[in-house]
Amino acid sequence: MDIIVAKDVRKKFKLKHGQQVKNNGIVSNEIDALGGFDLNIKKGEFLVLVGPSGSGKSVFLDIVGGLSTPTSGVVYLDDKPVDAPSEKTGYVFQQYALFPWRTALSNIEFGLESRGVVKEERVKIARELLSLFGLSDFEDRYPYQLSGGMQQRVAIARALATKPEVLLMDEPFAALDAQTREILQNELIRIWEGTDTTVIFVTHSIDEAVFLADRVAVVTARPGKIKEIIEIDLPRPRHGDIRSCSAFAANRHKVWGALKAEVNKAQQDWKHAPVNSK
Amino acid sequence: MSEELFVPSEVGLKSRSIDISSYTKQLKPLFAVLYHWSFGIPLVLVFFAVWEALPRLGIINPLFLPPFSTTLKTLIDLTLSGELLSHSLVSLQRSAAGFSLALLIAVPFGFLMGHFVQFEKYTDLLVQSLRNVSLFALLPIFLLLLGLGESSKIAIIFYAASWQILMNTINGVKSVDPIYIKAARSMGVSDFELFTKVILPASIPSIVIGARLGANVSLMVVIAAEMIGAKSGLGFFIQNAEFNFLVPEMYAGVLTLAIVGLTVNYLLVWAEKKMTSWKRDVSSAIK
Repeated sequence: MDIIVAKDVRKKFKLKHGQQVKNNGIVSNEIDALGGFDLNIKKGEFLVLVGPSGSGKSVFLDIVGGLSTPTSGVVYLDDKPVDAPSEKTGYVFQQYALFPWRTALSNIEFGLESRGVVKEERVKIARELLSLFGLSDFEDRYPYQLSGGMQQRVAIARALATKPEVLLMDEPFAALDAQTREILQNELIRIWEGTDTTVIFVTHSIDEAVFLADRVAVVTARPGKIKEIIEIDLPRPRHGDIRSCSAFAANRHKVWGALKAEVNKAQQDWKHAPVNSK
Repeated sequence: MSEELFVPSEVGLKSRSIDISSYTKQLKPLFAVLYHWSFGIPLVLVFFAVWEALPRLGIINPLFLPPFSTTLKTLIDLTLSGELLSHSLVSLQRSAAGFSLALLIAVPFGFLMGHFVQFEKYTDLLVQSLRNVSLFALLPIFLLLLGLGESSKIAIIFYAASWQILMNTINGVKSVDPIYIKAARSMGVSDFELFTKVILPASIPSIVIGARLGANVSLMVVIAAEMIGAKSGLGFFIQNAEFNFLVPEMYAGVLTLAIVGLTVNYLLVWAEKKMTSWKRDVSSAIK
């Protein structure tokens, strides 16, 4: 069963006065971020979006999350068109976006507060999640007192607190160092494999995509649409050591094969983009 | 491999947590102030020594600048008699009244101007025009309209203190990081919750700075207001001493102003730290 169905989703952004962009040789003051994005996502699957910078992956997540409306086309969540943030989605951002005036515990409680969950219940849920991420000793810390990896763990816990059916993750590990990144990938996959949550995960890292995904959707250079969907045939549960096996390399090769041309095209578009005329 | 990577990282996190907790352990406020002052005291002593020397050496006529020791003795006498304390309290009360009024009005108004573009569009011209009129030009107008009583003094303090509070509130609201708003919206908050749980707390640091500057202005302006048609307060005391050529008393009044200002400022800095304890201390990044 498909939990999310995106049909011919298009999104244009108007640039500021005097700014221009070039796409397929055409100069315009509008950016076509998404150009006919079609995607069906199965309930409980881990879908990773990869694509060149500026191919509209984050824009698509915002539309699924109800934070942005498409210029045309529609996204269905459980057969209902998305037009506002839904209780069924949770969102994790690259910049963590933890509220600096709240402690780790209280950050995780945030989403539960507006759903009217009573204090004891909120604290109970938040503590469980902190312990799941090995952060039980840090519940009273403010974000600035936590390392990047810990902050992102709290942010993921915050998104999971409301038990979302769909978890949207926009390059959540991109700002972390390589080691922390692998640790968090391992933790995410361990926690996710114990749930039936659907995840849409945006990344620029092919390794990350192959390690996490059931399917990798390769997005074209701007305007973004799905170029190819690659099934990752690695067994689950997955552990960190899978990264060094030959099947991993084969999948990696497949994804890169689909992505390479799009990355090159995006580079070309930049190279030939006119200098902003004032 | 996953286990291998996980374990050392946890060890690393634990040791870091110890650093953080010892770092956040704050010094007792009073002790912190004294410690802070201990560096500045020598220069203040030099200042007093020069003040003592200039009239004694005849470089400045002692009639116009009595030596520091004379001033200090007068200050102690006036303090013991309770006269300075009662005048100080009157001035503080007036400042507090005007300042509170400014907080009560400028903060909500700043929120409206910062949050609603339309509201700002209609109000900005008037606000900017009023803000740029000199306070001293307005003093006689306030006296004319509100008379010589308390209300004209409180009104002028309110007027003077409002601008810093208003501007900093607007700035605070406008500079809320959009990612916080996006995060909150993704969790399905209402507009009201977005305001009370995100925009308000995110702008607190800026508002608190505005309030501190506003409080400083209140203390400055109350003196000016009391010099025009008042029967009490430090401003009245200083000017009255001057008119009657009670020069040591006048200097004692000025010294009192410095002491009151210093105390209030430290109280405000302390309150600011308390209210924004969730913020990283900038000095930790510089050291």
